[in-house]
Amino acid sequence: MVSDQEVYSGIFDLNWRRRPKQSSRILFIYLILIVSAVVFLLPLLWMATTSLKTQAEIYVFPPTFFPETFRWQNFPEGWTYESMQWTRWLVNTLTITASVMVGTLISATLCGYGFARISFPGRDVWFIMVLASIMLPGTVTLIPLFVGFHRVGWLDTFLPLTVPAFFGGGAFNIFLMRQFFKGIPIELEEAALIDGANRLRILWQIFIPLSRPVLATTSVFTFQAVWNDYFGPLIFLTSQENYTLALGITFFKGLYNTQVPYMMAMSFLMVIPVVIVFFFAQKLMIRGVILSGIQA
Amino acid sequence: MNSRMRDTVQGYLFISPVVLGLIIFTIGPMLTSFYMSFTKFPLLRAPEWIGLRNYVIMFTSDKNFWQACKVTLIYAGTSVPLGLVGAFVLAILLNQRVKGIAFFRTSFYMPAIVPAIASLILWGWLMNRDYGLINAVLVRLGFPKFSFFAEPETALASMVMMSLWGVGAGMIIYLAGLQGIPESLYEAGKLDGANELQLFINITIPMMTPTIFFNLVMGLIAASQTFMNAFVLTSGGPLKSTYFYNLMLYERAFNWTQMGMASAMAWFLLFVVLVLTVLVFRSSALWVFYEAEVK
Repeated sequence: MVSDQEVYSGIFDLNWRRRPKQSSRILFIYLILIVSAVVFLLPLLWMATTSLKTQAEIYVFPPTFFPETFRWQNFPEGWTYESMQWTRWLVNTLTITASVMVGTLISATLCGYGFARISFPGRDVWFIMVLASIMLPGTVTLIPLFVGFHRVGWLDTFLPLTVPAFFGGGAFNIFLMRQFFKGIPIELEEAALIDGANRLRILWQIFIPLSRPVLATTSVFTFQAVWNDYFGPLIFLTSQENYTLALGITFFKGLYNTQVPYMMAMSFLMVIPVVIVFFFAQKLMIRGVILSGIQA
Repeated sequence: MNSRMRDTVQGYLFISPVVLGLIIFTIGPMLTSFYMSFTKFPLLRAPEWIGLRNYVIMFTSDKNFWQACKVTLIYAGTSVPLGLVGAFVLAILLNQRVKGIAFFRTSFYMPAIVPAIASLILWGWLMNRDYGLINAVLVRLGFPKFSFFAEPETALASMVMMSLWGVGAGMIIYLAGLQGIPESLYEAGKLDGANELQLFINITIPMMTPTIFFNLVMGLIAASQTFMNAFVLTSGGPLKSTYFYNLMLYERAFNWTQMGMASAMAWFLLFVVLVLTVLVFRSSALWVFYEAEVK
């Protein structure tokens, strides 16, 4: 079995094992790679250039790729367009994202430690149930949750989106934490236990300082998931001032479908933070995706 | 208290968030939803027991239901296999020893992280029949304009095409799998005189079957729940040609407040997904190769 680390280094260090010999073959590979890269990146570039066009340039066929002049004011104009409350929606999105990240980090760490380092009857059954919940279609729990949140008066607040994060923080994150904690040498812990340290303290003083990579991975995934989430806010938030950015974009589309440059500008603004985080945390994220695939 | 007792108490304390979470937010709601599926429940009044009526209506008198099943099945049946092949091909390409792989890997993966709402807005515009970029390219190459979301014949196919933009996540998992194949296998194969194609068919493919299997199961589950594409871009039209199962469920629940009917639909979906997953798992004995078997 090849370790996760080897696989990981293989992907990043150009430690390739299949070596095409003939130069015609390399040329062919490059050709396909470049065509594919254009297909994958062109749409994003198109989003960027469209966000800088004038309304008149939009409705021209065939379209020009670049606008005559870059109309940067589309961004401030779109941001303050009529009844749009983008600043408020940004603050809402950030509030929800931050709360979910806090809840996830705390509870996934606790649960991951429990599953990785303490043996007790029933542990494996619960762990299997956690894993099984990854495969459960979300719609099965949707209606009762909606009814329940309706009963306790939580609809149109951020609570339905944030509180569940404090209860486990998502099966995938617990799984990541558990895998990581299992790799920490047992001797460190045993010595501390003999000295009479309690487990919470061990977790805090020994495990957490060693776990920065997995904590960072979890944070990044959680940030992306919450920032990008559309369905949760759609179901649980109703009044305009409680919208998130994702809902704001559909709201804008619903009202001003023809204001394409503004719509693209706002969508582009929503993409930027995700791309920035991705560039800084690329290795962590790819590693997380790999872990999910290899182990499951 | 002996150490075993203490470990049990502490263990459950540590995992208590997820135990409570599973009970409150998963198992409890699942059972409630099963009960609701046998009731008439307009949200503001108490659920009223009506036995199997929701299911009977769903299967016999609601034409939209079978349309929604059909649309979802066609979408899953095309986008999942195409996505699996596309991701696999890209991973094979990235596994070659050529310069600049990091750039290509990032490019292919990037769309997978773009917020879904932004990519839908973008693709809605790229695939605009009158002013879209794709039709501009088609016209330039001498083809007629493609209707995309404007005609019932092409709307669902357009969604399948759109879904292929996000194959990057699956690709990364394949790439990890490819990197995990021991080099010694290829060397042994070469010693036996196998050519590149034989090595690919007899080593690469069998060694990758567990990864293909994983991507297949997760892909099917995700595709069965497709919602946003239709909700944001087409509202299920034109002529219900993109009327996905979860869009219908959403309309029943939140536009018509038929919570009972929506719950019945959710349970039928769970049932189908479960049957599919079991079938795929069963079939895996025939085509998925696990290393442990030969040791």
